[in-house]
This record gives sequence, C-alpha cells and structure tokens, in this order.
Amino acid sequence: MSKDNIAFHRTHMLPEAPPPATETGAIKWLRENLFSSVANGLLTVVAGYLLLSLVISAGPWFLNGIWDSPSLTACREMLDGRTGACFAVLTERWNQLLFGFKYPDELYWRPTLAFVLLFVAIAPVLFVKFLPHQLLIFTGLYPFIAYWLIWGGSIIVPVMALLGVLFGVLVYRRTLTVSAGVAVLAGIVGAMVFWWIAGFVTGSAAGFLALEPVASRDMGGFMVNLMLGVVCVSLSLPFGIMLALGRQSDMPIIKWICVVFIEFIRGVPLITLLFVANVVLAYFLPPGTTFDLILRVIIMITMFASAYIAEVIRGGLAALPRGQYEAADSLGLDYAQSMQFIILPQALKISIPGIVNVAVGLFKDTTLVSVISMFDIVGMIRGPILASAEWNGVYWELFGFAALLFFITCYGISQYSQWLERQLQTDHR
Amino acid sequence: MAAEAQMAEAQMKVSDEVAVEISKMNKWFGAFHVLRDIDLTVYQGERIVIAGPSGSGKSTLIRCINALEEHQKGSITVDGTVLSNDIKNIDRVRSEVGMVFQHFNLFPHLTILENCTLAPIWVRKTPKREAEEIAMHFLTKVKIPEQADKYPGQLSGGQQQRVAIARSLCMKPRIMLFDEPTSALDPEMISEVLDTMIELAEEGMTMLCVTHEMGFARKVANRVIFMDQGQIVEQNEPEEFFNNPKSERTKLFLSQILGH
Repeated sequence: MSKDNIAFHRTHMLPEAPPPATETGAIKWLRENLFSSVANGLLTVVAGYLLLSLVISAGPWFLNGIWDSPSLTACREMLDGRTGACFAVLTERWNQLLFGFKYPDELYWRPTLAFVLLFVAIAPVLFVKFLPHQLLIFTGLYPFIAYWLIWGGSIIVPVMALLGVLFGVLVYRRTLTVSAGVAVLAGIVGAMVFWWIAGFVTGSAAGFLALEPVASRDMGGFMVNLMLGVVCVSLSLPFGIMLALGRQSDMPIIKWICVVFIEFIRGVPLITLLFVANVVLAYFLPPGTTFDLILRVIIMITMFASAYIAEVIRGGLAALPRGQYEAADSLGLDYAQSMQFIILPQALKISIPGIVNVAVGLFKDTTLVSVISMFDIVGMIRGPILASAEWNGVYWELFGFAALLFFITCYGISQYSQWLERQLQTDHR
Repeated sequence: MAAEAQMAEAQMKVSDEVAVEISKMNKWFGAFHVLRDIDLTVYQGERIVIAGPSGSGKSTLIRCINALEEHQKGSITVDGTVLSNDIKNIDRVRSEVGMVFQHFNLFPHLTILENCTLAPIWVRKTPKREAEEIAMHFLTKVKIPEQADKYPGQLSGGQQQRVAIARSLCMKPRIMLFDEPTSALDPEMISEVLDTMIELAEEGMTMLCVTHEMGFARKVANRVIFMDQGQIVEQNEPEEFFNNPKSERTKLFLSQILGH
C-alpha cells in the first residue's frame, strides 16, 4: 500500500473463529503454568520426578501399615522384612494420645462431650451473621459447662462462678453512670467478693450434683493442647485489645503499664515463662496455697499471647486513617462507642491475618508444656509411650500423627480466617 | 428567581441568638502559632464562608469549634456551652454540631443507612425504627435514598459527600461545619454537593464553610471571612468583599483565585 492511499473500507465482516488449540483447555493450562519457558519446563520435570519417587518410596510404608498388633516386635514380625508402618501404636494407645494415661477410662465421655459442645458454642461466634444471636447464650454458658464436665466435682462450683460473673456485670451496669473506669473496677471487686462469699457455700455443698472429680495432674494427651489452645486464644484476644488500646491511651500511667507489660513479655521466651509458672510462681504465693498447674500455665500462655496480639492490633489501629476517629468524634460518640462501633471493627478486620498467625503459633506452642513435665500429646509420646517396652522406637507414626492433628486444626483456623476476611470485605476493590 | 427569593427569606432568618462565640482564641501546634487572637461571633441562621491561602488556619479554626482541635488560650462558646476539657461537655457540643470533612470519612464497614443511624441510636438514644425513618428522610433530601443498603466504597465521591452531609443532619445539629467539602471531588461532582449545601442554607441552617468555591460564597454566604497567617484579615458581606476588598492581602488572594 502506498503512503498516499490510506483510504479503506470493509466489504464483508469476519465471522467469529475459535482460538487455536494451543490457546484452549488443558494444553493452554499446561503451557502457561508448567512449561512457560525452557527453565520452567526443566523444573516441572524435576519436580515431577521427585514427587513420583516420594510416592513410590512412601506408598508401601502407608499401604503395608499394620493397624492391629500388641507391640513393635509383633508388628515387625507381621511385616516380615517388608517396609511398612506400625500404625498399631495409634490404635493401641489411642485413648492415651487423646486423654493422657491417668484420666479414668470410664469418664472419657465427659471430655468428649465437652469437645463436641465446643463446636456448638463457637459456631454462633464464628458465624455471627448466619445463626440466631440467642445461641450466644450457650456460648456464654459453655466455659462453665466444660469446666464441670472435664474437672467434675459439684455443679455448685461452676454455678457460683457463673453467678459471680453475672453479679460483677450487674455491679458494672449499675455504676456505669459514674464513669467507665470506676464501673470496671467495681464490677471486678463485686465478682471477687461474690466468689469469696460463695467459697463458704461450695465447701459445705461439695456432694451436690457432683460428677466424679478429676485432678488437673491426671489430664493429658491432645485434650490438654486443645484446652490450653482454646482457653488461651479466647482470653488473649480481649486482653490483647485492652493492651493495644491502653498503649494508645492519653493517660500516661495506663500507657506505661501497657508498654512495659508488652515489651517485657515479648522480650522473654515462652519456655522461660512456663518454667516460672511451674517452679518460681510457687515461691511468690502464700505457703499452703495450691494453685492448679494448668491454671498457672493458662495465665502464662495468655499473658504471652496477649502481648503479641496487642501489637498486631496496634498495627491495625495505626492503619486506620485519622479521619475515622475524627468522624466518630464529630458525631458525638464517646470513647467506648467509637471504639466499639467504628475503630475496633475496622482495626480487627485489618488485623485478622496477624491475629490468626498468633493464634496458630500459640496453639502449636502449647506442646512446650511437655518440657515442664505435663503430659500433653508430645509429652505422652516422649514419655509413657516411647518409654514403654512395647513401643520403644516408633517415631514416625507417633510424631506424624501428632503433626496431622495440629495440621488439621491450624489449617481449619487458617481457612476460616480467609473466609471471614472475604465476608467482611465491603470496599469492593 | 424563586431560589433568590428563598435565599432572601433565609437572610431574614438570621437571628440575634448567638450560635458560636469565639473570643481572644489562640492555638499553637508545638511552637507554631496557628491561630492568633481570633474573635468571631456567629449568629443562629448565619452562613459564613471562610477563605484564605493554605496554612492560614481556616480548617483549624472550624475544627476548634467542635473540639477536634484543642485551643490553648481564649474561649469558645458553642450554643451556650463553654468548651472545656470535660469530655462529657465536649461530647454534648459535638452532638449539636455537625461536621463534613474533605475526605468524607464515611465508615466503610457500615452500610449507608447504618452510617446515618449509628449516632442517633447510640448518642441520641433514638429507637432503631425511628432512626431509620429519619435517615431515609435525609437520604431522600440529598437525593440518594436508593443507595441506602450499599457500602460507601460502592458510591461515587459526590454521592459519598452527600451521604456524609445526610449523616450529620440525622443528628439534627444546630450548627454545620464544612471543611473543604468539595476539594477532593471531581469537577463534575462539585455541583451536586454544592446544590445540597445551598438547599440547606435556604432552610436557615447555621453554616460555617471553609471552601474555595467563590461562586458558592457569593450566592449563599451572608458573611465572608478571609484569613491569613492564623488571623482574620477581613470580613464583610459577600458583595462588598468581592467587589471592594479593603486589605492588600485580600486583593492579592482574590486576584489569584479569580484570575482565570
């Protein structure tokens, strides 16, 4: 076409044509994702080879696995020289792995029931938009029910504990008109006084509607990990929020208490805190007080996790534009209202990945209690199971099982948090 | 001409009742003296436009009126309440004073309707149903009732700013503060926000607007205040202010802003 002749008009329209075969379906996917360049193609082949050899070598180990045998020696005999796993240790020691070796056999139904009810209790919190709010009442009651089921004893104890909480809330409501700070303090003091008085009642009514009591030192297995994980995560979230807000406070004393607490706890390894809980704390308590070991560990892990969550939430608070605080202020919302309705919902949403990170880490860190001679799942495996004559030497199966339990839980938490983030997304970017 | 008649009527509504009284007010940001000896009396029903170069302290001045900024010297009396450090006192003043921001500052996690009902429900203790009716009334007034269930992120800038105005109106404020309400908007959306503000002025709302929209100032204001270096340099009726400015600084400012 010469430079002068730029005029053009179309005489017939082109029909729609299918894309070439290399641009559709599986071929396109393969080309784009696996063989997009020579280097990537090579990597794909190498990775494929590694995967294949892994399956070939580990496959028989799984497939030949023995599920029913009284001991490792018997298991080896049954395998007769072939490669294969001894999953029998899991079936034979199933109850020990889950409940520890001292929890009474006939009472296993109690922690199991508490575990099932846990899902009923957290569902209304996790799916707040989809379930009726009345179910949250059960969530509030659940800690007391679970305590009664797992530790047993008279029902009076958890009932009094619950009434103490309700009494504290009542005092808080009544004094709220004075000032929020006074109300919180009065509420806590009210609950304490109630519990102190209730202590005399529970002592005399120990046999009333009593389940057979089980001591904390008799608990073990994955149950301990779950208990510590659930309790510490649910406690450290509110404490973390309070610490984060406290650190931003205009009141210097509150601010410095929070800063010192957070910086101190973050600067100390968890294992040190656990040793403190185990040994040192006893020196500071009045002689003769028996302070439950699980309770001490819960306090320490909660403090540890709160400090981390506080910093995560502080990041969320810092990410909010100042305009949000100003808009809330300009509408006349007071501090508590603007935090509750405007600031925290947004800051927490931003903080979800960080909070989940801490929660997952915390849940896995509960295995550290095995170091202070508590028999959680790792403690059970390293102690009673591997030390027994029958199962000495079964490492892969046991630790693999423990890893699987933790993976399922943590992966579930992670998936839920991603779903929640999508639910809360309102900015339609 | 109907609009002008209405505006003239609104002029009549300016009463002797004092809405905001600022006397000898000074403010510092650190060592920087932002506001110097501000004296200003705003009467109920007045519409004041505050103009001036950036950094002249005009935004800070109106932010002091609802205590978003603290002043260090002098006094501010809003609707009979002297602004002090007492937080309850401040919250009361804020609930009577609506504020519209340059960047809208809507709450992105709440729907438009929830944005409008939150403060009436929790500050005014209005029942939810009633608060929603009020909100729909004002959303209709700013001409976006159909967006009530959307989130702020789904709306255009102009729509968001109109929601922000409706959100403030839902508190039934006695005074409205506007902090450069059109500065962050695309040119096409400015007029829809200004129209809403003009309507508000016609109804006799007491308004203090920081704005660079001089056309709006001419049409709506009954007083224009010019600020520079933290002080009020000149104030006058709009006609006089624009046609016959007294101070050299005002003349320079007007020539720059109206020059093209």
